[in-house]
Amino acid sequence: MVAIMTSCASCRWCRVAVVLAMAWCGSAAADALDVRIIYLEQKQQRPPVLSNLVVWPENEGEQGALVGVADNNTTGKFLKQTYTLEQILVEEGNDVIAAAEAALAGPVVVIANVSADNLRRIADLPMARDDLIFNAGSADVALRDDECRANVLHTLPSRAMLTDALMQFFTKRKWKSVFLLEGNRVVDGLFADAVRQSARKYRISIDHEKRWLDDADMRRNAAAEIPAFTQARKYDVVVVADEHDDFGQYVMFNTWLPRPVAGTSGLEPVGWHRVVEQWGAAQLQSRFYERAGRGMTSVDYAAWAAARSIGEAVTRTGSVMPQELMSYIVSDKFSLGGFKGAKMTYRRWNGQLRQPIPLVHPQSVVALAPIDGFLHQTTELDTLGLDQPESRCTSMGTQ
Amino acid sequence: MGKWNLSGLAAGLLMFSQGASAHWIYISNEKDDTLSVIDSETNEVVKTIEVGERPRGVTLSHDFKYLFICASDSDTVQMMDIATDKIIHDLPSGEDPEQFALHPDNRHLYIANEDDAVATVVDIQSRTVVAQIDVGVEPEGMAVSHDGKWAIVTSETTNMAHWIDTETQELVDNTLVDQRPRDAEFNADDTELWVSSEIGGTVSVINTETRQIDKIINFEIKGISPDRIQPVGIELTADGKYAFIALGPSNHLAVVDRATYQPIKYILVGRRVWHTALSPEQDKLYTTNGVSGDVTVVDVKSLKAIKSVKVGRYPWGAAILPKEHIPD
Repeated sequence: MVAIMTSCASCRWCRVAVVLAMAWCGSAAADALDVRIIYLEQKQQRPPVLSNLVVWPENEGEQGALVGVADNNTTGKFLKQTYTLEQILVEEGNDVIAAAEAALAGPVVVIANVSADNLRRIADLPMARDDLIFNAGSADVALRDDECRANVLHTLPSRAMLTDALMQFFTKRKWKSVFLLEGNRVVDGLFADAVRQSARKYRISIDHEKRWLDDADMRRNAAAEIPAFTQARKYDVVVVADEHDDFGQYVMFNTWLPRPVAGTSGLEPVGWHRVVEQWGAAQLQSRFYERAGRGMTSVDYAAWAAARSIGEAVTRTGSVMPQELMSYIVSDKFSLGGFKGAKMTYRRWNGQLRQPIPLVHPQSVVALAPIDGFLHQTTELDTLGLDQPESRCTSMGTQ
Repeated sequence: MGKWNLSGLAAGLLMFSQGASAHWIYISNEKDDTLSVIDSETNEVVKTIEVGERPRGVTLSHDFKYLFICASDSDTVQMMDIATDKIIHDLPSGEDPEQFALHPDNRHLYIANEDDAVATVVDIQSRTVVAQIDVGVEPEGMAVSHDGKWAIVTSETTNMAHWIDTETQELVDNTLVDQRPRDAEFNADDTELWVSSEIGGTVSVINTETRQIDKIINFEIKGISPDRIQPVGIELTADGKYAFIALGPSNHLAVVDRATYQPIKYILVGRRVWHTALSPEQDKLYTTNGVSGDVTVVDVKSLKAIKSVKVGRYPWGAAILPKEHIPD
């Protein structure tokens, strides 16, 4: 079987045959299993930003998936399981849907790092119906809400989880009044919306809101512009919604009132960051650094968690069929160690991976949400993001 | 009448145990690169010894002449002379040694190399590597059975207890356990292997014959979120009565009745309790509390915490030197 895999890795109909062959021997864990995972990414051109210092990590997501697959293989060798990652990288402007159509034939497991729109379109492809797709690239709240898909699980935290984590921290610190600074890009609007929603949930008041004006060179005159721009009589904290780091880094220390800055700059809620080192994280960080030569990001972590979820499910079920893996992963039996101090499981109602959210600045972890004292009847992790009564997701078949 | 007798017996035992329980407890301080040595008579730190970087696992040779220290960031296992407190050898341990166990032959040290997914077997007499065995991702806990037949290594991300045959130094079997296995301990007659799962929140009791899980122990502490109940260190009393399980950030130590495999008591100790060690007389238990930087002394008879002793930053491992071996 291994030989067949290698010889026809690029041939579509053959691959279907191989996957079916896997299904036969999938019933007994002791038999050899070949597990093929597709990593599908559309490269995204980042918009121009003011600072020359902003460098986006290379191969973000892909490196995380590779480390996850390597971890699976170390485990797999004791169980005669072999994991392979097939990377499909689509340049910006090329047709990622067509690439997905070709790759998703037959029952497959996919780690996707694409935009929210493309993820919806890929999940809706007829050939993807019985597949299992992990969303490791989009924090879009709607994908976990009324636009959820039955064949999609999310390992990247939603923006709602991030901003809920932030508001829990504000509540603990008694920062009750927010000055919201919103960037001009679509994603900034989505982040700002999540901030507003979370502020309502945690009864934090957004007392001032401003949209960023894109016509000043902050490298020269941040100290002149930002104080005037943030002039107000009272606020406890400034929240920046600027996902591409266009201006956010200039806000700190320049606000009219001497106040902390949080959001996409300053104190940032993240899925992962290189400063996370507790809970055994140092080992994952060093494995990742060794492979990638850079720090691990939230998207890398999400792709790693997806690969590890697949590995865990294959190990425990002895199956490679996407539907069987899916039903195991969302069951009570599944859990994943994720180096963030709590057992990670999936929300049955929208497929989101429950996980703690570190609040970080570039040199250390400030806090780990859920913050002590925010209680929940099921798990405190469900105080972050859309809880069952809030989520309008109906296609997961649990409501 | 019966009551009087019992109290008299208890008083006698107490006196006896106080007299006999003088011993030293060596505590490794992960973030201070030191060992704190506690004298059990006064429950105070009597000396602090500088060692290699990030000391974690510590264990004594069976003749109590040497202390072995996993200096994780120095990538070595240090061998310290108990009489002089001097590091006399750096053993070739493989990278990032975290925990280890000494074979009953007092010669072969089984070391888990956390960053390398291997276990290293070192002959401490010739100070050479005898074998390196591929194991799962992030090997952590190590145990050698009392009869010397098995060496066990747990791997945190692979979620297995790996069985190494010490005759051949080969991995012969794997037992899948719950998420993030940490510590492994054999009971006195080697019929059971106990493995803690930090993220799974359970302890698995594995039958040594079948190498299958016989019992899974769950924990529940009123008022504490289940997410915080993270079993790490295991200590089994020689009389077969109790198992003590350190429950990490729940800041509690569980006492498990070995007859029923049920937790019967939770003792509040320090913050993020990691590992434990029993005194030679089995009357005191010491816990290392990582976050609060102290050691809790637990009285085994009354199952009560009786004292906290401040040590260095992030105390991790503990090893106990009996009275008769304390140097002059």
